[in-house]
Amino acid sequence: MVGIVAYGAYVPRLRLSRQAVYDANKWFAAGLRGLAKGERSMANWDEDSITMAVEASRDCLTSHKAEDVRNLYFASTTHPFKDRQNAGVIGTALNIEQNLLASDVGGSQKAGTSALIAGLNASKNGGGPALVAAADKRLTRVASANELNYGDGAAALLCGTENVIAKLVGHHSVSMDFVDHFRGDESDFDYNWEERWIRDEGYSKIVPPAIKAALAACKLKGADISHFIMPSLMPAVPKQMAKMCGVGEGAVRDLLGANLGDTGCAHALVMLVDALETAKEGDKIMVVAFGQGVDVLVLEVTAENARLPKRKGLSGWMKRRKEETNYMKFLAFNEMLPIDKGMRAEFDKKTALSILWRKRDMIYGLVGGKCRVCGTVQFPRTPVCVNPNCHAIDSQDPYNMAGLEANVMSFTADSLTYSPDPPAYYGMITFPEGGRFMADFTDSDKEQVKVGAKMRMTFRIRDNDQMRGGFKRYFWKAAPV
Amino acid sequence: MARGIKDKVAILGMGCSKFGERWDSGAEELMLEAYKECIADAGIDAKQINAAWFSTAIDEVHVGKSGIPLSTTLRLPNIPVTHVENMCASGTEAFRGACYAVASGAADFALALGVEKLKDTGYGGLPGGRGAPLQQLWNANGTAPGNFAQLATAYMTAHGVSADDLKKAIGHVSWKSHQNGAKNPKAHLQKAVDMETILKAPMIASPLGLFDCCGVSDGAAAAIVTTPEIAKSLGKSNIVSVKALQLSVSNGSESGHNSWDGSYFHTTRIASKKAYEEAGIKNPRNEVSMFEVHDCFSVTELVTMEDLHISETGKGWKDVLDGFYDADGKIPCQIDGGLKCFGHPIGASGLRMLYEMYLQFQGRAGARQLKDPRIGMTHNLGGAPRENVSSVAIVGRFE
Repeated sequence: MVGIVAYGAYVPRLRLSRQAVYDANKWFAAGLRGLAKGERSMANWDEDSITMAVEASRDCLTSHKAEDVRNLYFASTTHPFKDRQNAGVIGTALNIEQNLLASDVGGSQKAGTSALIAGLNASKNGGGPALVAAADKRLTRVASANELNYGDGAAALLCGTENVIAKLVGHHSVSMDFVDHFRGDESDFDYNWEERWIRDEGYSKIVPPAIKAALAACKLKGADISHFIMPSLMPAVPKQMAKMCGVGEGAVRDLLGANLGDTGCAHALVMLVDALETAKEGDKIMVVAFGQGVDVLVLEVTAENARLPKRKGLSGWMKRRKEETNYMKFLAFNEMLPIDKGMRAEFDKKTALSILWRKRDMIYGLVGGKCRVCGTVQFPRTPVCVNPNCHAIDSQDPYNMAGLEANVMSFTADSLTYSPDPPAYYGMITFPEGGRFMADFTDSDKEQVKVGAKMRMTFRIRDNDQMRGGFKRYFWKAAPV
Repeated sequence: MARGIKDKVAILGMGCSKFGERWDSGAEELMLEAYKECIADAGIDAKQINAAWFSTAIDEVHVGKSGIPLSTTLRLPNIPVTHVENMCASGTEAFRGACYAVASGAADFALALGVEKLKDTGYGGLPGGRGAPLQQLWNANGTAPGNFAQLATAYMTAHGVSADDLKKAIGHVSWKSHQNGAKNPKAHLQKAVDMETILKAPMIASPLGLFDCCGVSDGAAAAIVTTPEIAKSLGKSNIVSVKALQLSVSNGSESGHNSWDGSYFHTTRIASKKAYEEAGIKNPRNEVSMFEVHDCFSVTELVTMEDLHISETGKGWKDVLDGFYDADGKIPCQIDGGLKCFGHPIGASGLRMLYEMYLQFQGRAGARQLKDPRIGMTHNLGGAPRENVSSVAIVGRFE
């Protein structure tokens, strides 16, 4: 039996008030008034699809060992690198390199479900556990409907054959070049065709036959489906599709539009995590994703789902929330506002790739050292033990610190250094197991950062080397627990 | 403990440029300004100098590497010139090199000259940079004020000092230096400032405000050293001699091992203890007449006075508020205005501190002259509280 064995999600802390966006833009686009409700998730300046996927993957692996993963698929339409395997960055951040087949999947809003199908099939054929991560952080034009409808987020699903929480019943796909929208090589933004045409000629004609074919292959009827998951920017469409296929209206899952927004190719998997969090044994889940064709998956929840160890999941990350009403900040974080960053932002950020390679476990994996002689945990791992009463040479074994909580020993809020979100919070963090370093803080407010505050480590962007086409430097930062 | 160099080296002459935003001058002009005063004061010919040590700190925006910039600027007669860099201790390091050359007998006359031209960057604060290639990949996106602000956070935590009390104490440190700097014609900032202005100044890196941070200045300072015997033979009286030179460098334990609580300078405690031993000082609080310490930030000075074993640990803030270190206090600290007001051209700062000592011991300090000082200590701290170089020099009358 192959299926999903664990799930995880990630949502950025900031939630942009749609009213604030509308208030800024209504002089130009008064027609957006109907969308000026609720909030959408908004990535911090140091988050992108890779960092969100790492967080979702860590959430997913709460109950499983990363080193057992044999296949890693990373679905996104906003991979930070066009040529450099994005999934490989996630793998390094999770400290898995050996025996790993990593692949990027993209190019369509159904990339998430296509990656999930690939992951399930890889596991089914004896390939071992497959981790499927999906994340999107799509840029949008100012005063567009997309700006209000989209959100940033990620989901991760671990596929396997042991202790399956939702077994794969069947899947069906069709691929046809129906261009409802596109993002060309020369643009950062989506270009959308008329919604009514997409509804009538696209969804209505392409989706129902695919759903019916999937149902037939699974020997199921529409009425058997307990959770119908289908992302769409038109909220009425999923209901319409369900109706056309005999799926009960009560089965149609909420699109999470009110507080999250559409997270792109990750959204079908984000909604799947949302469903799995409360689904009961025997529930049949149908996942439908539309994008130059359609993917349909049918899963059946097992008794194992209730026994899955607790994790943050979508609901946990949704609870961690800070409202953002500053639309200018949203634009600046997305590099869509030519803000005067000052000369301190001009320092060269060229990365020595040879150093990055030598130190990849330290920089991407937050792997320190533990001295075999005195037992001291330390970061970074160095040739001579840092313990003043030891100083043993070549005595340290790798020690993974990314999962450890740390305490704030000292900190400051620095208004002098350049930060996209001043003041820059940073400070000395100490790990109770041993080890400390001066760390940048993120997702931090004045009220949260205190001496003794508990912090968790999170994989983030440190710098963006814009002189060299946008090489992102990633490292770990401390965020309030 | 080694034998040390107490009284083996005398300062023959010193010079110091005007510090400040020297838009009119490059490093070359500043070097020459300090050197002209120094060589005239020493009363020797440039040809008699056997060797030179040249200190700068921020080479990225400065004169460049090697001894060549000093040698070419002064047209030195092809003598050995060694370029030293040890962050904010660079000036004292040049002095240490020159003194050791004289003490060893390798040189009869040695020159130490430090210079920093900082105000050619186009922005305020110290010239920035991202550090060494590996550090760039993981070190916090910090600044000097942000690093030293954390000394304040940790000090308050370690000793249960309230934010209010600490702010007042570090405010007093800066107030006192402004009072002193107003009497120093070579100082960068020569204006007294009231406490209210200091306490209400904009925040740079909490809890450090604008007045908790020293000036970013251009300047140069120089010393020519010889033996006390040669100094006497040249007819010098009021000879100032070197009693101790010590340097302690972090080895990573503060930044990487959980035994350090962030509230003190591990290195300064070591360097000062060794210096007192070298100088034969048993009770520094009673024996030292004056201090010039590294007040890059007000809180640095406060904590340093504890680590130099003058104020009791955790009680320095009370000594500060009691006026112990004021111009009319028991041991004046930063009588020339300190880094805060005299200014902080990094490579020159250690030599600038020695310059003030030298003037004071010779009774040449003008409006800020102290009554009969005999022993003085200078202190420089380069780096950050968690990882630094701490240099200490003790000089005094040769008697």
